[in-house]
Order: sequence, then structure tokens, then C-alpha cells
Amino acid sequence: MASLNVLVLVCLGYVALLFLVAFAADRLAATGRSTWLRSPLIYTLSLSIYCTAWTFYGAVGYAARSGLEFVTIYVGPTLVMIGWWWGLRKLVRVGRSQRVTSIADLISSRYGKSNTLAICVTILAVISVTPYIALQLQSITLSFSIFAEADPNNSYNEIASVFWVAAGLAVFAILFGTRNLDANERHHGVVTAVAIEAVVKLIALLAVGIFVVWGVAGGVTDTMARIDASEIGQWNIDRGRWATITFLAAAAFVCLPRMFQVMVVENDDERHLRTAAWAFPLYLLLMSLFVIPIAVVGLDLMPEGANPDLFVLTVPLSQGQQGLAMLSFLGGFSSATSMVIVAAMALSTMVSNHIVMPIWLSSRGSGASVSGDVRSVVLLARRVSIAVIMALGYFYYRLSGGGAALAAIGLIAFAGIAQILPALVGGLFWRGATRTGALAGLTVGFVLWLYTLLLPGIGGEVMPAVVMENGLFGLSWLKPQALFGIDGLDPMVHSVMWSLSLNAAAFCVVSLFGFPSPIERLQAAQFVNVFEHSAGPRGWVGSVAQSEDLMIMSQRILGAREAQVFFHAEAQRQGGRGHLPEPTPMFLQRLERELAGSVGAATAHAMIGQIVGGSSVSVEDLLAVADESAQLLEYSSQLEAKSDELSRTAHQLREANEKLTQISLQKDNFLSQVSHELRTPMTSIRAFSEILRDTEGLQPDEQTRYATIIHDEALRLTRLLDDLLDLSVLENGQVNLNMGEGMLAEVLDRAVSTAMTGASREMRILRNETNERIPVHSDLDRLTQVFINLIANARKYCDATAPELSIRVHEVGGKVVVDMIDNGSGIPRDSRKLVFEKFARVSAERAGGAGLGLAICREIMQRLGGDIIYLNGHQGAAFRVSFPSGYQLAAQ
Amino acid sequence: MSRRVMLVEDEPNITEAIRFLLIRDGWEVETHADGTDAVEVISSAKPDLVILDVMLPGKSGMEILTELRARDDLQGLPVLMLTARGQSRDRDLAEKAGVSRFMTKPFSNSEVLTAVRDLHAQATQT
Repeated sequence: MASLNVLVLVCLGYVALLFLVAFAADRLAATGRSTWLRSPLIYTLSLSIYCTAWTFYGAVGYAARSGLEFVTIYVGPTLVMIGWWWGLRKLVRVGRSQRVTSIADLISSRYGKSNTLAICVTILAVISVTPYIALQLQSITLSFSIFAEADPNNSYNEIASVFWVAAGLAVFAILFGTRNLDANERHHGVVTAVAIEAVVKLIALLAVGIFVVWGVAGGVTDTMARIDASEIGQWNIDRGRWATITFLAAAAFVCLPRMFQVMVVENDDERHLRTAAWAFPLYLLLMSLFVIPIAVVGLDLMPEGANPDLFVLTVPLSQGQQGLAMLSFLGGFSSATSMVIVAAMALSTMVSNHIVMPIWLSSRGSGASVSGDVRSVVLLARRVSIAVIMALGYFYYRLSGGGAALAAIGLIAFAGIAQILPALVGGLFWRGATRTGALAGLTVGFVLWLYTLLLPGIGGEVMPAVVMENGLFGLSWLKPQALFGIDGLDPMVHSVMWSLSLNAAAFCVVSLFGFPSPIERLQAAQFVNVFEHSAGPRGWVGSVAQSEDLMIMSQRILGAREAQVFFHAEAQRQGGRGHLPEPTPMFLQRLERELAGSVGAATAHAMIGQIVGGSSVSVEDLLAVADESAQLLEYSSQLEAKSDELSRTAHQLREANEKLTQISLQKDNFLSQVSHELRTPMTSIRAFSEILRDTEGLQPDEQTRYATIIHDEALRLTRLLDDLLDLSVLENGQVNLNMGEGMLAEVLDRAVSTAMTGASREMRILRNETNERIPVHSDLDRLTQVFINLIANARKYCDATAPELSIRVHEVGGKVVVDMIDNGSGIPRDSRKLVFEKFARVSAERAGGAGLGLAICREIMQRLGGDIIYLNGHQGAAFRVSFPSGYQLAAQ
Repeated sequence: MSRRVMLVEDEPNITEAIRFLLIRDGWEVETHADGTDAVEVISSAKPDLVILDVMLPGKSGMEILTELRARDDLQGLPVLMLTARGQSRDRDLAEKAGVSRFMTKPFSNSEVLTAVRDLHAQATQT
């Protein structure tokens, strides 16, 4: 019997070997001499992490319990590999062109870089995969315990052993997975180690199988006879379970974080998928070949109650085959470790990128931009994440007690991770899929999976028996294993049916009713049409033709001469002749920097990328270009606004200048008018006073007449000066209104009597005194002045033989309206606008006025809050004076 | 030798004053108060001298002067212009239009008489 110590030593040695292999592979990859590392064979073998300890040990147990149903676990991935390799190719292409680091990153990237989605997928993955990791711990511990039972010298502590296994695997994963940070998230060392483990587990299982068939059962014929005799050889097919589990296995094969890691992230060349399409199903076939024989022989050989999950180990041991048992143990150990390492790596990438880093960055504010700083933080986050994930697995194992059958835990995990499928497939093939749709689908599926499968699966402590029996809140249609009253289904089938169908339905419906944001549309186009947007797997080949294109482009941006000088200098620097340098990376970098000075870094990068080919323009590039253009646009619109403002200012200045010129002209005209109006009476006064002084023998009547003229003209002068002063005061707004109350009739009485005093001509005034009983609150003297002016004008200018002036008063809307209409020939239509201007004189007749009266009236009425206008539509001259009655104001 | 003066002025008191002065000095005085038909009136009356106001209703004194100077028979007619708008610009305009003498209101009576006599003498000598 091999002692436990020997076993531990073998394990440590095996791990050390794997570590050396991984180390060597990394070194080789770094030096670039690693073509064989990138072979399709390694890729195919790395895919075998699909076969975990669950498959290695559990498949035999599964077969021993449920017969041929275990085959479904192999059929699912086989169907995907053979029937859906084109879908995988799209997935790989998208993953490479978008440089995704995990399945959470892929989903988030597809749906507009939504970190919420990434967090959802990450949490879902952690919750699904944690039991799965616990499962691996359990399998290793169980296999240890088998050897421990056989070694009487050792006191074996199961709990301690699980802890040390978990810790060991964590260290292993940290050492392998986070030794350095590769931009592409590729780990050649890990992949190579995984490939070697794949070979070890295949050889181990095949060896046990061959031993069982030829060493125990006595050949193929005897084995077949034993199988025929056994119950589990019957094709006892439960169609619902078969279809469901096959589907789940297929979905898990695509969606499991560790599968995504090796299949998409670690993929070096999408052509490897072609090899894997036949080689991986072959691997699965070989892995499943001896499952039934081992199970049948195990059931025959081993005592009643022996754990069929461990037949792979116990059968050789029972036959005294220590070496074979040791090999088998190593096979199981390989299955468990490879799964745990890759799963922990994949999960830690998701956890650190989507949960830890965003929190750290936001807590650091904007200060965290030093790359070296971030780098160490990322590494630390990954390492801590791995440790936490392993700890979660350990505690799950401790809590669940490790009693549940391995296969059941595996299937629960499959069903959980399959909830990602609708969002993943929809994202790859349906442009209309939206972020909210994906979020809705994921949430619905996750909750249903939790409620119908995971929680009931854990046991009575988490999910009370009352809920199991009677449904949540006593609602029978919410029974976890009989939703909506559909009873009698296998719990697994029931859960998968409801969770996935409602998940897909929510995803589709919400997507259809939602509206994708611009970045989602961009990403959708990039994902769905990935084969049009990205170059094939060919490498980049520089050519002079590209240099020409670069030259043409640069001339447009830098200017013809500058571009030529730059290209020529670069060509000389490269030591070549001619004007076109080779498009070496160094040259491209310098050109990019040169162009960035003119068009911005992102645009420069995108333009060179377009010409040199190689990589397509990513959405980030496009968005950065858009940002730059937006900045340029903003800048130019600012310039435009400035120039608009300038021209507006210039316009205003021009207008102000014109106004000033006009005002100055008006002032000149006014002064000229004033001068004329002053000089005219002064001329008469001077002329007649000289006549009176110088003329001898003037007749007394002549003397009287000339003295009268002088007197009248002096009065005219005074009047004129009074008017000018009045107008000036009114125009400057310096007038003090002397508000008072009175009846309109009284105001009009006073005006009429003043205006008609000393009149040489008779004029009839027509009034309706009853209408004039309107109380007025205003400056009554000023109001009277306006009416006097109008009545006097009518008296002077009305040319009718029997002049009449009718004064009509009415009140409308709080306004008093006074119309004064004479029966003369009125004012010509084209002069009506002018009558209110200063010195405006309409008639040819001199009437002794300077033409300021109506101008003064208008100023007064405006001061009183009213107006005076010429009233069209009358035969004679008609003026309308209106002003607020104001008695309400006075009443207050 | 005729001494006929045509006075074109719209302000009645000024017209009366100048008329009184000139008649006393032995001139025949015709008066006209409107600018509109002033050229025709002058042309048909054929005075020896014209006293012309600038601000006239209908047509300004400047226009009347320009029209008078445009006619062959009235080119040499002496025109004494009186203005109440004391602006130097008006003097320039009047001299360009061919005014014989330009005076600003208010004037002294003797100045007007002297001007009329001088202008008439110049016109008859040539």
C-alpha cells in the first residue's frame, strides 16, 4: 500500500512539473519561438478542461446511478463543436477583434460597454461556479480519503485536507494565472500545462478502462456480456431529461467562464477551431469509452454501498494495482486542478475588471492614471479575487457538507451559467438586442434558477419546507418545483424550461420595445457583422503601396511640403533611397504622433489603422474620433459665435452712428429752424424800429401801425421762446406733472373760452355736455393746454366759410377719448404724419405759429400716459386725444 | 431809366417794411409771396432787380435763383438774397447759384438800400 505521504509527494512533484512546463512555455512564448505552443493540438487539448473531476470520477458514478444518461454531458459539446463551429468561429472572431478578456467583458462590450451587465454576469458566474469549485475540492479530498483509508499509519483529517487542497490550488492559480499582466490576457504557460493535464487524464482513464476490460472482465466479449446483464446498460431514455441535459451541456460549453477563457481568450488562431471541431469530439469519445465498463464492473466487484463516483480509483485498488490507482488519482487530480485554475483565473479577471477596479478607480477619483500604479493594483486585485473565489468554494463545501452527488452539483452549475446564453447568442446574431433586454433576461433567468434549482438543491435550511410544499407566500403557483401549476416534471427539466424560456422571452420583448443607444448600435453592428468589419487571420504585411497611401493622406493633413519633408527624412533615417520609407512600426508611430498634432490622437490612430489594415477601427477609436470632432465643432461654433457677435456689434455701431448722424442732422435742422423763426420777427422789429427812428414826417397812423407790428412781433418772439422752453422741458422729461381732479366738461369749457378769446373769426363749437360728465384725474392745466392748441389750430386753419368744430367725447376701456373735428378741407393725407413734427407747417399760409404746437401736444399727451393722433376718415381736420381716465386710480 | 424792384417774400411784415423803404427811395416795388410761380412772375414782370427770400412756401429761393440763371433773358438780372437761416452753407450755395448779393436777416435798412442802389448801378453801367 502506498502511504499517504508518498501520494502527497507525488502530487507535489506533479505540480512542480506542471509549473516548470508552464514557466518554460511562458519563456518560450516571450522569445517568440513558440510555434508549437500555438498548434491546434494544444488548443484542442486545452478545451478538455470541460472534462473536470466531475467527468473523470462522476461520469462513472452517473452511469452507475442513471445508466446511459451520462452520455448527454458529452453529446452537448460534441454537437456544438460539429454543428455550430461557425457560431464558435464568430464568437472567437468577435472576442479577438474586440480584445475581450472574459465572457462578462464580451456581454458588456456588446451591449454598449455596460458595466452593470458585466457585474450581473460576473455575479451569476461566481454563484454558478462556486459550487462547481467546491465539487473539485470534494473530489480531490475523496480521492485522498480512499488512499488514507488504505493507510493505517495516518490519521486523516478531512476538513484540514480540504482546506490545504483549496489553499494549494489558490497558490497554484495565483502563481500560474497572475504571474504577469498580458495585454491580450493570454497565458501560454497555463494553456500548455492544461494540455499536459488533458493528456494525463485521458491516459489515466484509458488505462483504468483497459485494465477493467482486459484485466478484470476478461476481454471485450465478456465485458459486453456483463453490460447486457446489468440494469444500467438498458437504453432507458427520459426524453425530457436527455434533451434538457444535452442542451445544458452545450450551453455550458459555450458560456462557462473557463471554457470561454480557453476557447476565445486564449485562442491564437481561429483556424484552430477547424481542427478542434473533429479532435475535441474524438477526445470526448475516448473519455467516455470506458465509462460504462468501469461502472458495470465496479458495481459487480465492489461491495454494496460503495461510492460509484470513486470506482475509477477503488476498482484498481481493490485489484491491488497501486501504480494504476496512482495514475488514476493523478488523472482525477489533473481534471480538478486544471478546472479550478482556469476557472479561478477567468473569474478573477471578471471580478477584478468589473467589480474591484471600478470601485478602486472611483474611490481614487481622477488621480489614478499612472500605468505602473494601476498595473500593480490589477495584479493584486486578481490575486485577492482568486483567493476569495477559492475561499468561497471551500466554505460552500463546508456548508453543503459535501454529501450531494457530484453530478447534481455540476448540472445545477450548468443551468445557472446557461442563463447567459440568450444574451450571448442574441448579441452575436441579432442587431436589435439591447442592453435593457439583456439585463431583463439575465435577471429573470437568474432569479428563476436561484428559486427553482439552486436554493432547493442546497437544502432545507435555505429554502424552508413550507415554501417547497405550498409555494412562496402560500401561493401554490409559486411552488419552486411546480411553477404556474405545472407539476410532475423532473426538477431539473422544470427549472431549465422556466428559467431559460422566460429569460429568452424577457430578453426579446424588452429588446423589441426598447431603443438601443448609439454606442449599442455601433457595437451591435461590430458584433453581428464581425466578418465584414474585421480582417481575417492573416498577418499584417507592409508594402510600399501603403507608404504611398500614407503619403497622400499625410499631404492632405500636414500640407504637401511638410509631408514630403517628413517622409523624406524618415526614408533617410531608415537608410533607404527615395522618398518613401518602409512602413515599419517605428515609422508608423512617428507618423501617428505627427498627424495627431493636427487631427487629434484618436483620429490619427484610426486613419493609419485604416490604411495599414491589420486591425479594424474599434468602437473606442470611433468614439474618440467623434469626441475630437465634437471638440473641433464646438471650437468652430465658438469662433462662429464670436464672429457673429462681432458683426452684430459692428452692425449696432453702424446703427448707432447712423442714429447719431441723423440726430446731428436733426439738431442742425432744428437750430436752423429756430434761427429762422427767431430772426423773422426780429427782422420786422429791426426794420420798423429803424423806420420809426430814421423816417421824418411819418403820419401818426403809420407810426401807430408800425409800433403795433413791432409789439406783435415781440409777442411772437416771446411765444416762440416759451414754446421752445416748454418743448425742451417736456422732451427731457423734466416736467413736473401737477395731478389733480376735475370734470372733463370744465376742462373743455376753459380751453374753449381761452382759445376763442380775441378771435378775429367766429367759429361754432359743437359739444354734447352730458357726455362730458367724466371725472378726470390728470394734470388739468396741461390737458387744457392741449385742447387750447387744437381749438386754436382749428380756428386758424379751418377754411370753411362757416367754420365749425365738433368736440365728441366718449369713454372706452378706462380711456377717455376726445375727438376734435372741424368742417374745413382737412390736412392732405401725405402731410398727416408730419403735423406732429417740430416746425412742421402744412399750409402755405402764415398763421403766426412756429409749428411747435402739435409737437408740444404730443409730448404732453405722452407724459400723461395718453396719445394724440390724426383721425383719418373725416372731411375736415380731425384729431383724437386719448388718456387714461384715472379716477379708479384716484379712488384707490 | 426804370427803377423797378420785384420783392419775393412771404412774411407780410417784412414785405411791408422793405416796400416802405424802397418806395421812399424812389423805387417801383412789386411784391410776390409764393415761391411756386415766382420764376414766371419775375420773367413776365421783367424787373430791374429782384429781392429774394430763401425760405418760401412752394419753392425755395435757391431753386428760384438757379432757374432764373438758367434762362438767357434773366442771366444778368441782379438778385439780392435775404435769409433768416444764418448758416454759412447757405451763402456758399447762393454764390454758386449766381447770387448778386447775399444778406442775413435781420438787416439794417440802410444796408438794404445801399445794396439795391449798388446792384442797380452795376447792372446799368454794363
